[in-house]
Amino acid sequence: MNIVVCIKQVPESTEVRVDPKTNALIREGVKSIVNPVDENAVEAALQLRDQHGGTVTVITMGPPQAEEALRHTLAMGADEAILLSDPASRGSDTLATSYVLAQMVRKIGDVDLILCGKQAIDGDTGQVGPGLAERLGIPQVTFAIGLEVTDGRLQARRVLDDFFEVLEVKLPAVVTVVKQINDPRHPSMKNVLKAKRAEIAKWTLADLAADPKQSGFEGSPTQVLKVWPPEKRSGGRRLEGSAEEVVDELAETIKGMKIASG
Amino acid sequence: MAVRLITDNCTGCKLCLRACPYGAIEIVEGKARFNEHCTQCGACASACKFDAIVLETSYTPDVDVTQYRGVWVVAEHLTGLGASGAHFRRGTLELLGEGRRLAEKLGVELSAVLLGDGVEPMARDLVAYGADKVYLAQDPVLANYRTGPYTDVLAGLINQHKPEIVLISATPQGRDLAPRVAARLSAGLTADCTGLDIDESERLLVQTRPAFGGNLMATIVSRHARPQMATVRPGVMKALEPDPSRTGEIVNVPVHLDERSMLTKIVEIVQLDTDGRVNLQDAEIIVSGGRGLGKPENFTLIRELAEALGGAVGASRAAVDAGWIPAYHQVGQTGRTVQPKLYIACGISGAVQHLAGMSSADCIIAINKDPAAPIFNIATHSVVGDLFEILPALTKKLREAL
Amino acid sequence: MDFTFNEDQQAILDAVKEFCDEDLAPKAKETDEAAAWPAENVRKMAELDLMGIPIPEEYGGLGMDFLTWSAVGEELSRACTTTGAVYGAHALALVPIMQFGTEEQKQKHLIPLAKGEHIGAFGLTEPNAGSDAGAVATKALRDGEHYVLNGTKIFISNGGEAQTYVIITSTDRSRGARGLTAFIVEKGTPGFEFGKDEKKMAFPSLPNRELVFTDCRVPKENMLGRENAGFLVAMRTLAVGRIGMATGAVGVARAALEAAVPYSHQREQFGKPISTFQAIQFMVADMATEIDCARLLTWRSAWLKDQGKPFEKEAAMAKLYASEVAMRTTTKAVQILGGYGYTKEFPVERYMREAKLFEIVEGTSEIQRMVIANHVLRELNR
Repeated sequence: MNIVVCIKQVPESTEVRVDPKTNALIREGVKSIVNPVDENAVEAALQLRDQHGGTVTVITMGPPQAEEALRHTLAMGADEAILLSDPASRGSDTLATSYVLAQMVRKIGDVDLILCGKQAIDGDTGQVGPGLAERLGIPQVTFAIGLEVTDGRLQARRVLDDFFEVLEVKLPAVVTVVKQINDPRHPSMKNVLKAKRAEIAKWTLADLAADPKQSGFEGSPTQVLKVWPPEKRSGGRRLEGSAEEVVDELAETIKGMKIASG
Repeated sequence: MAVRLITDNCTGCKLCLRACPYGAIEIVEGKARFNEHCTQCGACASACKFDAIVLETSYTPDVDVTQYRGVWVVAEHLTGLGASGAHFRRGTLELLGEGRRLAEKLGVELSAVLLGDGVEPMARDLVAYGADKVYLAQDPVLANYRTGPYTDVLAGLINQHKPEIVLISATPQGRDLAPRVAARLSAGLTADCTGLDIDESERLLVQTRPAFGGNLMATIVSRHARPQMATVRPGVMKALEPDPSRTGEIVNVPVHLDERSMLTKIVEIVQLDTDGRVNLQDAEIIVSGGRGLGKPENFTLIRELAEALGGAVGASRAAVDAGWIPAYHQVGQTGRTVQPKLYIACGISGAVQHLAGMSSADCIIAINKDPAAPIFNIATHSVVGDLFEILPALTKKLREAL
Repeated sequence: MDFTFNEDQQAILDAVKEFCDEDLAPKAKETDEAAAWPAENVRKMAELDLMGIPIPEEYGGLGMDFLTWSAVGEELSRACTTTGAVYGAHALALVPIMQFGTEEQKQKHLIPLAKGEHIGAFGLTEPNAGSDAGAVATKALRDGEHYVLNGTKIFISNGGEAQTYVIITSTDRSRGARGLTAFIVEKGTPGFEFGKDEKKMAFPSLPNRELVFTDCRVPKENMLGRENAGFLVAMRTLAVGRIGMATGAVGVARAALEAAVPYSHQREQFGKPISTFQAIQFMVADMATEIDCARLLTWRSAWLKDQGKPFEKEAAMAKLYASEVAMRTTTKAVQILGGYGYTKEFPVERYMREAKLFEIVEGTSEIQRMVIANHVLRELNR
C-alpha cells in the first residue's frame, strides 16, 4: 500500500503571545513540533505498512524549518518525506492549502490512502483533510479511531458525539484520525540515525505545475482581519462558611439559574 | 465552479446518470448530456470512471456577490429526541436563532436545509424555531449522514438558490460536511465560530473564532467568495423560544439518489457506552469528577448530583486515564469541549488542558480541598472544601427543592 | 577540548530523553513497586535499538561508542533506576563477548543480545568471592568435548531473566586468580538452575539471583577467551562495568536533584519558599557541583576507552566518586524534602536506598580506592 501522510509543523505550546503593536504572533523561543495528532496519523500509516507492505511518504507544506518535523517522522520509520516550501504559498487558508497538497499527491501518483490528523493545534479548523479529499475527488472518512484494510477496501471506525460508526470505503480515500486511535511509536535509534542522513525532497509550486493563483493570499477565499488575545476569564468569589452554609448557598445559586430539571 | 463534460472520453456507461440527484443527465447517441435540471453539484464527477466529467473547483475572486441573497442554516437531526424535546441537535436550533438575527440585519429570508428520509414531520420544528423556509430533500440514501450524498445535494441546492451565508453547526457531522462543500464550491469557510455579525457597509459576514486552543481570537471575512460559510460552535448562540404558530414554506426538493453510486457504505452504527442519560455535548449542566474523588466508586457522588440536576457527567483526563469512567466523559483539550450553562468541577485541579475543554461554560462552580488548585482562577464560585461532605448534602438539598 | 556531544550522539540522546520522559519516568514508581521484571520497559528498549549501542553494526548493533552507551544509560537511570540497572547489567555480557569472542560466538550471541531478544548477565560473585575475585570456587573440569561446571553464583543481576550468561569459573584452583576461565552459558542448559532472588534494600524489580551449576555440561566452544585467562576477561568486563555503575549513580543523583529543587520552590515555611533559604541553596549548590564532576569523570573515562587509551584508573575514579556523590546527593534530597521526603509519597527516599547499591557492586569503594592507589603509586614512583 502506498500511503501519504500530511503533517503540519506547529508551535509546541498553544499559549501564544501577541505583539500589541503589530498584532503579530511572537514566535521566538517557541519550539516547533509535529502537530500531535499528525503523529497518530503517521503511526497509523506505519502500522498499515507493517501489515500490508508498501511505502509511507510524509508530506507537508510550510516554511523551510518544517523539514525538522518531517525528519521526526522519518525517525519514526516513514520511508520518504517531501517538503513543499514556496514563499508564494504564504498566507494560504485551508482551501489554498488543500489545493497545494492535492497537487503534491497527484505528483507522487499511485497513492492508495492519505492520512491526516483531525486538526492542528494552532489553526484548529480540521478543514484541510476534507478539502484535500474533495480536490482529489475521493471519499473521506473523518474522526477515525480505528482502521482496517482488506483487498483495497478500508473499514474505518469513527467516533462521533454519542455514537460510533463503522464505514467502508473503496480506496483511494482520505482519512483523518483522532488521537485515541493509537500510541505513536518512539523513534528507534537506527531510524534516528537514518533520518539524520536522509534526503528530504524539497518542492516548489513550479515543481507541482500548480497555479500560484490558487495558493497563498490570492488563492484564499477567507481573509483574517485581525487577531487578538481573548480576555482571560478570572476567578469569582470564594464561598466561606461551614459545609452546611456552603451547600445552602450553592443550592440557592443553582436554583436561581433556573436551568436545572431533576 | 462548473461541471464540464469531455465527450470524447464518455463511454455512455450511465454511472453519472445514476449518481445525479437531480435527474439532470441523459444519454443521447451513446454520450452523456446535461439538461436544465443540472445544479452543478458535482456528484457525477466523482462517479465517472473514464475522466469524462471534470469539476472545475479553482477559486477565482470574481464571483458576482450581488447574485447571492439569503441566510441558510443546514439542520442536523437526531435519531431520538434531544434534551429540549426537539428533533434537532441543539446547535441547529441555536443557529436558527442567530440566523434570524443576521437575516433581519440583511433584510433577507432565513431558510433551513433538511436532508434525510422520513423527516418531513420535523420540518415544522425548524419553522417554529425561526426559519421562513425549509428546503426539504428526502431519499432513503440520505437517511443517515454520509459525506458524499449530503455534499452533492447541498452543493446543488446552494448553486440553484445562491444564499449569501450558509451556517452549519460545528458538530462532528458539520465539520465533516462543511469543508467538503466549501471545497466543492470554492467558498470561504470559517471553522468553529463563536461570534457572528454583519458589516452592513460591505454586506459581509464578520466571523469570530478561537485559534491556538482558545488562546487567540481571530476575525475573518470572505470578501469575494460566495456563499460565506461558517461552522458555529454549539452552545454559544441563543435559540429562539419555539413558536408553533409561526408560518413558513416547506419546499420539497425532488432528489433521487442511487445507493449503488455511493462510494461509502455505513456498516454499523453503535450507540456509545455512556454512563448516564444526558449527552455531554448538548448538556446545559455538567457535573464533572477528577482525581480528587480518590476511587472509581466515588463517581456515584457525581452521577447522583448530575441526575438531581438533569445534567450530564463529565470527567478529567486523570479520572479517565485511571480507568474510573469511560473516555466518552473526558472533558478537555484531548477530550471534549463543552459549553454548558453550568459546570460543576469536583476534585479537579484545573490543569490547562482541562480548562481548554470547559472554560467557556457560562457559570463554573469548583469544589476542591486544595486552596491552590488552578481551577479556582476561573471558577465563578469557588469552594475550598471536602467534596465528600458537600456533594451528598448538595444533592439532597437539590432533590428536595427541585 | 570539546565538551559537547556530536550530532549523531545528540540526536540519539534527544530521542532517548523523549522515551524516558514520556514512557519510563511516569511509571518509574510503579515499575519499582511491582517487584517484578520490567518486561514492558525491556521490550521497548529493544524495539528502540537501545540494547546493542556499542555492538558493531554487522552484529545488529548501532556500532556507536561507549560514551554514547554511557550517556544513554544515564538518561535511562535518571528516568527509571530499575530500567537503567537492567541496561547496565545486560552490557556485562555483551562487552566480554565483543572483546574476547570468536567469530562463531559473536554470530551466535551478539546478534540476539544486540536486538534485545536475549538479555545478558555476568556471573562472577560467589558466597566466598566478593572483593576477592580470585577466590572463585565454581569449578569447570574438562570432560571430552565439554567442561563440567559445579558451583554457585550469587547476587547476579538480570539472573533468571537473562538468556546469555558469562560465567567466571576456576579451571585450576592451584593457580588462584590465574586459574580462572570464562564461559558463555545459556539459560536452559541442563544442570544450570536458578536459586533464590535476594530481597534487597532497594531495586525489588531487578533480579539478583543465585545461579546453581550442578554437573552442568558446557561445550568447549563456549569458552570465552583462553583457558586460565578468565581473570583478564573479568577485569576487562568490570572496567566497563565501572563506567556503567558510574552512569547509574549519576542518573539517580540527577533524579534526586531534579526532585528536590522544584519542591523547594513550592514548599513554604516561615512565609517563604524554602528555596530562598541559604541552607537549602548551599545544599543545592553542592549537589549540582558534585553531580557535574561525577558526570564529567564518567564521560571522560568512557571517552578514554573509545580512544583506545588506558582507562581503568579513570573508570575506577568515576565509579568511586559518582557512587559517593549519589549517596550524598540523595541523602540531601531527602533532607530538603524533610518529613515528606521520608515518606513513600515522594521518590527521594527510594533514590537514597537505591544509591547505596552503587557504592558496593562491581567493586566496592574500597576496591576502587585500591585500584586507583595502585595506579597512582606506580605512575608517581620515581
